Amino acid sequence: MATYETVVGLEVHVQLNTSTKIFCGCSTNYAGKPPNTHVCPVCLGFPGTLPVLNTEVLNSALKACMSLNCVIPSRTKFDRKHYFYPDLPKAFQISQLDEPIGEHGYLEIELEDSKANYKRIGITRIHMEEDAGKLSHSEKSGDSLVDYNRGGIPLLEIVSEPDIRDSYEAKAYLAKLRLALLYLGISDCDMENGSLRCDLNVSVRPSGTTKFGTRVEVKNMNSFKSVGAALEYERDRQIHTLQNGGNLIQCTRLWDEERGETRMMRSKEDEDDYRYFPEPDIPPIYLDEQKLAELRKDLPESPEDRLTRYQSLGLLKENAQTLVLNKDWGDFFDKACEFTDKGSRINLSNWIISELGGWLKDYPELKMTTLQLTPQNLGNLMRSIQKQEISGKQAKLVLTHLLDNGGEVAATIELLGLQQISDDDSLAVMIHKIIEENPSALEDLKQGKKKAFGYLMGQIMKLSKGQANPSKVNQMLREVLNQDFNIEA
Amino acid sequence: MMQNLKIAEIQNKIREGEFTCEQYLNFLLKNYDQRNQKLNCVLQIDKQGALDYARQIDLKISREEDLDPLFGVFIGVKDNIHARGFKSTCASKMLENFEPGFDATCVARLREAGAFILSKLNCDEFAMGSSNENSAFGIVRNPVAEDCVPGGSSGGSAAAVAANMVTVALGSDTGGSIRQPASFCGVVGLKPSYGSVSRYGLVAFASSLDQIGPLGSSAEDCELIFDTISWQDPRDGTSTIYESKSKDEPIKIGIVEEFFDSDADLEFKKFYQKILDELAKISNFELMKVSLPSLKYCLPVYYILSSAEASSNLARYDSVRYGPVLAESNDLLEIYKSNREKGFGKEVKRRILLGTYVLSEGYFDSYYKKALKIRSLLKREFERVMKEADILIGPTTPSTAFPIGDKNEDPLEMYKSDLFTVPANIIGCPAISVPVGNLDKKPLGLQLMALNGHEANLLNFTKIVQSQFDRSR
Repeated sequence: MATYETVVGLEVHVQLNTSTKIFCGCSTNYAGKPPNTHVCPVCLGFPGTLPVLNTEVLNSALKACMSLNCVIPSRTKFDRKHYFYPDLPKAFQISQLDEPIGEHGYLEIELEDSKANYKRIGITRIHMEEDAGKLSHSEKSGDSLVDYNRGGIPLLEIVSEPDIRDSYEAKAYLAKLRLALLYLGISDCDMENGSLRCDLNVSVRPSGTTKFGTRVEVKNMNSFKSVGAALEYERDRQIHTLQNGGNLIQCTRLWDEERGETRMMRSKEDEDDYRYFPEPDIPPIYLDEQKLAELRKDLPESPEDRLTRYQSLGLLKENAQTLVLNKDWGDFFDKACEFTDKGSRINLSNWIISELGGWLKDYPELKMTTLQLTPQNLGNLMRSIQKQEISGKQAKLVLTHLLDNGGEVAATIELLGLQQISDDDSLAVMIHKIIEENPSALEDLKQGKKKAFGYLMGQIMKLSKGQANPSKVNQMLREVLNQDFNIEA
Repeated sequence: MMQNLKIAEIQNKIREGEFTCEQYLNFLLKNYDQRNQKLNCVLQIDKQGALDYARQIDLKISREEDLDPLFGVFIGVKDNIHARGFKSTCASKMLENFEPGFDATCVARLREAGAFILSKLNCDEFAMGSSNENSAFGIVRNPVAEDCVPGGSSGGSAAAVAANMVTVALGSDTGGSIRQPASFCGVVGLKPSYGSVSRYGLVAFASSLDQIGPLGSSAEDCELIFDTISWQDPRDGTSTIYESKSKDEPIKIGIVEEFFDSDADLEFKKFYQKILDELAKISNFELMKVSLPSLKYCLPVYYILSSAEASSNLARYDSVRYGPVLAESNDLLEIYKSNREKGFGKEVKRRILLGTYVLSEGYFDSYYKKALKIRSLLKREFERVMKEADILIGPTTPSTAFPIGDKNEDPLEMYKSDLFTVPANIIGCPAISVPVGNLDKKPLGLQLMALNGHEANLLNFTKIVQSQFDRSR
């Protein structure tokens, strides 16, 4: 039986996290807010209003283009895309057709079989557009209600080349793309809340041939996992149809998460004629080299650069990768580093990954950024360990207390009664007391039995409940033995 | 006594006590009461507010308090421009009850300068038309010849100024909608350079062509209003500040051959030949013949571009968010269809169909794209000619005001009334119509065009023409 090759391209929409909408001054902070409270005459498309481009959106889009290796043209413009639906107050969406903000980019993904093997996935284009409102249908009353809070939220549409061959590559591409955008700080990229959405274009062709098969668009996946599942289902469906002598039709299908299958939504013939034409209310934008150079200079660190940096700090590759993949963990690490010494960085990465990571596992509602413990606290705690002010075991007690209650490291150590005794007078009293109480140990020492020194140290530490500064005790004990008893320990 | 006074004259007389602001208002209101039922140019009026305002002005004068630059100016606003406190019906059933709740930028600027918004004025539905016969709230009659149309689409604005129901009026001009009615009603009407007046608060017809401008009884009044409303508005991405260059005389006047080569009748041609002869006598003027060969494509280009943009701009009227619900259905497509069927008038529907057609897949390149090419061609021709000439002149319209009903059934004939006015919109340059006399007792205007941003030159020249031909002064 003939074998088939799967050909996949992805269309990803991401909401940009600018403070205001793309063409008006409305706040974008609409999550969880009552319907139609983040709206104004402009984003409601009232007669007489005009869109004005938010330059923050333009800058975010340019950053994305740069990070995804796109060619940025000297001129870009907006177009109107028309269709009638109540989620679109103007009955057209302001989008970009033939002069998008970026073209001919790419991303590199690591292949499954060999970690050293990379594959380049082309990015056809990136364009800016406005999001639509949201409709909800009540089965009970039969009403359809519309909430325009989301209308006018800035979106980037990122279209890949049909370079993807299987669900692993699709998920790797999405993960890589998401991480790149997260590092730019331009989007939350959360598929669950809809700030990242992904449509699939799937076709199959007999292995070894180059002509594209009939393309099917699949919508409505809400996780990377379901993107992979939808891809595999659609691939199998198409191959099955062809193997049984059937014909495929170009259409759009919906992924049904519950049933794990795709369903026909509309065929190509039923698609709207969008009647694109240049948006006359927004003049074309000319991008000069100087502006682009300035933006490029200020691009934040990329995930790749961060990984290299972490490895050069001496972090284990595995730790470095964990911190890079969880950007807020890496951010936490970088901030904590400012409050600790070079020698503690490896330890710090271990603590973040195992201790804090473990804590987050126990309290899934928390995030690294919402912990009571600040990076500064953790940095200070690492410093206390390195200075031997407290032991590692004690530091864990402090950490748990800080995670539970917040507060400062020094105050917590004191509160828990863990502070070290370092002052000469207190230590001298304890040293003399132990020497007096242990004449036999003194005798042993005189006879050259060095083990007795360790015994005396242990007794002093025990007396101090572990709070005596061990290196100081060590040093002072030697001095006392030398001066008072003429013993060279 | 108060007929056809310039704003500066009215203000002087009020200040010097020749008449009070209240008396001046009563003069306007008397004209309204006597003639509006017939003329139908005013759709909404704020009499009480105006009275309070006038008394306030008179009180200020009696107390010798400072007065705003536009005190005593009662403005009528075309009903497609938003003014808080009024509805913006666009003379359409679709927006019969639509209250925008905010001022258009130009209206806000007039209020800040101390003017009073007295009334909202009738027009062709969504500013589409050349005769003001397309209003859902009835036709407007020409105050000078009541059996004739006042022109359109700002017919109500021109008529209200001509009938002294307002001091000045705001109109909008997409293809001649200020200048053509100004010519028909014997008033001055200015279409400014594209972008010099903010379109924020103007209900869009064709966004790349629309421009708000003043209609008044003199070039001076239009200048005063233009200077107040011209502003780079952060709410309008297409609004710009032009660097205005004033040029020393003598003024080189380009007579556009194509404007005098229409199929108009002999009397009409003779009328304008006489105008040219008189202009030639003015010593500062140097007349020269110029040609813009692409003008012959202007009408199709205009109707393609304006209808395409209109079909897009008017797509939002679906009765889902505002406007009357004219038909109910459980089927979404049916709601759209029947509400738009019932809410729009014939001409609006014609333009939406035309615009939808030219933007459709397969037709876009041969219509819309080609029209854009001719648009840039015409711009280049214009710029070339303007290296020689300072001002271009020609008739504003191919005829005098025509009888009501005359062209209503023949859209192509109707569209031809815009023959001389659409080029300025396609180019984006400023153009003005100034009355230069009567033919068969009906007014005719001379159209003057200048380079973008050269409103000052254009208005100065208009004042000279005005003093040469004005009969009423």
